[in-house]
Amino acid sequence: MKRLRPLLISWEALLVVLLLISIVIGSALSPYFLSGFNFDELTSNIMEIAIMALPMTLIIIVGEIDLSVASVLGLASVVLGYLWEGQHILWLAIGVALLVGLVAGFLNGVLVTKLALPSLVITIGTLALYRGLAYVVLGDQAVSDFPSSFTTFGFGTIPGTEIPWSALIFAILVVIFVVVLHFSRLGRQLYAMGNNKEAARFSGINVSLVKLILFILSGVIAALAGVIFTARLSSARPDNALGFELTVVTVVLLGGVNIFGGRGSLLGVVLAIFIVAILQNALSLVNISGDIQSLAIGLLLILSVLGPNIARRIQVAITRRRLVAGNPQRT
Amino acid sequence: MDHARTDSSQLNQARLLGIVSRVRELGLLVVLLLIIVLVGIQVPRFLSIDNFEQILLSIAILAIVAVGETLVVLTRNVDLSVGSMVGVTAFVTAYFFKELPGINLLLGILLGCALGLILGIVNGLIVSYGRVPAIVATLGTLYVYRGLVFITAANTTSQVNAFDVPTSYLALATTQILGIPALILIAAVIAVIVGYFLHASHFGRQLYAVGSNPEAATVIGIRRDRLVFAAFSASGLLCGLAGVLWGARYATVDATNATGLELQVIAAVVVGGVNIFGGSGTILGAVLGAIVLGTLQNALNILNISQFWLQAIYGAAIILAVVLDAFITRWLQRTLASRRKKA
Repeated sequence: MKRLRPLLISWEALLVVLLLISIVIGSALSPYFLSGFNFDELTSNIMEIAIMALPMTLIIIVGEIDLSVASVLGLASVVLGYLWEGQHILWLAIGVALLVGLVAGFLNGVLVTKLALPSLVITIGTLALYRGLAYVVLGDQAVSDFPSSFTTFGFGTIPGTEIPWSALIFAILVVIFVVVLHFSRLGRQLYAMGNNKEAARFSGINVSLVKLILFILSGVIAALAGVIFTARLSSARPDNALGFELTVVTVVLLGGVNIFGGRGSLLGVVLAIFIVAILQNALSLVNISGDIQSLAIGLLLILSVLGPNIARRIQVAITRRRLVAGNPQRT
Repeated sequence: MDHARTDSSQLNQARLLGIVSRVRELGLLVVLLLIIVLVGIQVPRFLSIDNFEQILLSIAILAIVAVGETLVVLTRNVDLSVGSMVGVTAFVTAYFFKELPGINLLLGILLGCALGLILGIVNGLIVSYGRVPAIVATLGTLYVYRGLVFITAANTTSQVNAFDVPTSYLALATTQILGIPALILIAAVIAVIVGYFLHASHFGRQLYAVGSNPEAATVIGIRRDRLVFAAFSASGLLCGLAGVLWGARYATVDATNATGLELQVIAAVVVGGVNIFGGSGTILGAVLGAIVLGTLQNALNILNISQFWLQAIYGAAIILAVVLDAFITRWLQRTLASRRKKA
């Protein structure tokens, strides 16, 4: 563990440098970049992804993955819109949407824990299933006449600042997740589960239950993100947040969380969230389309894992050369 | 230990395993027959030869991609970028034929395949030599390749139409040989060749070994990196061919071609009994999986059920197939273990 810590710290330091570089590039690319309005825009665009990245971090740390988050977001959004259109009771619509997220997460969790199925392929299946159900509910329609209280929450900022309301929710969640992951026994158990599932189980951790809860949490938070997304765009459509799971996974991996589990910190993830937010924002400011922004995100995803791998290989090669040089008898 | 008894129990185990894998494919045929019967009763038109040909045509390209995906999945990896690879090669090939109308048909086809091969090679390099997990690598290349199509389209033409390309190219998709559409024949030939190669060659057996137990395979000297690299390259090559045929079949080609194809391919492969953990599964299974999904889609159409159900059904099919396979595997393990105890 002690040997890993310096490596981890240096990754976060690298991220801080990247963040500063991206701010510099952003301001160089456009005069509007450093405005308060742009900060609001930049932040609110990434908040749904940011919120979903929190449980995703925990899920990846324990060695699983949840690719269905964007579809749960879409499904929750659609349910919210459908119920609002039908019943006109906002809190009911929001409540049911969150419940949908809970059920969706529960299904993921049960399939992965009780039936011991690989989370990758299961969540690819539920990605399709939940998105498909969203299309079944609303078809090719959209619901867009939401009450102004709802849309002001989604679109507006905390009075007196340029900070969007969703950022407040994110901040609260970050504090909770950081306390759980980094300052509690449960957090240490999560790392243990990711490092060696069997050893963790033998040491008394109820691995199945914890994973089930994590998937449920991921579902509920994805639904919450769906509510926020719907409020922000003032529109409930089946294709809301299509493809967002890529960005969520990218943000977590870029943040230094190891895809195989057992390593990573929320600090890195939060830094990575803002790096990606700035990247997307800067590209939109120079009119680069969403599809090409996705290209950049995809590249970032690959490099965030390839980079450390290559760095490690170089490090090993250098160390090996030093060892051989230090022992001239070895030829 | 009585050697004779041990030998015969081992033989029985091998026979049991063989039977179960055949059962999986037979099970698919049963499901297929069920769908055909259930829908055919309601809508007799479903049972016509014409309709079957339609179904096979609709999944021919998917089947070609599924063959490549099977090779990758057998090694305990996954290739999520297939949709983007088909999209890139379809667009580039169609554009190539548009800009150089007098060009040799074969040259165009080879270009598409070569492009697909290159894309597959990049995937293979990132996964096997870059040590990036396949999910991450191919999720990334899914978006990188798709972005490349968009950039190409932005700099050339947003759409290639049927009248832009030579009729010889479009004819690839429509000609019939002995009354059977060429597309179906091409898919069938590829499936048979790759299937036989997988089953009968040294390379094929090594591929199964790598997926079944990567560490053990490395210990006995199998070059895992090379095999995984080869699998991804093959997947790219087949996607290239599929892209060429896609352009010929759908004629109107833009940057959004084949978006979401990876979902259908994975569904076909998983439904077809190819184990997502690698090491087991057949090309025949994957092709049958593609046929079952194509039949389902056709059935939805014929029964006038909204196409909006389609994606949900693909998702449910993937989940059901994985659950079913898990139960079969567990039943198998328990049976083998109890037999071992008796012996």
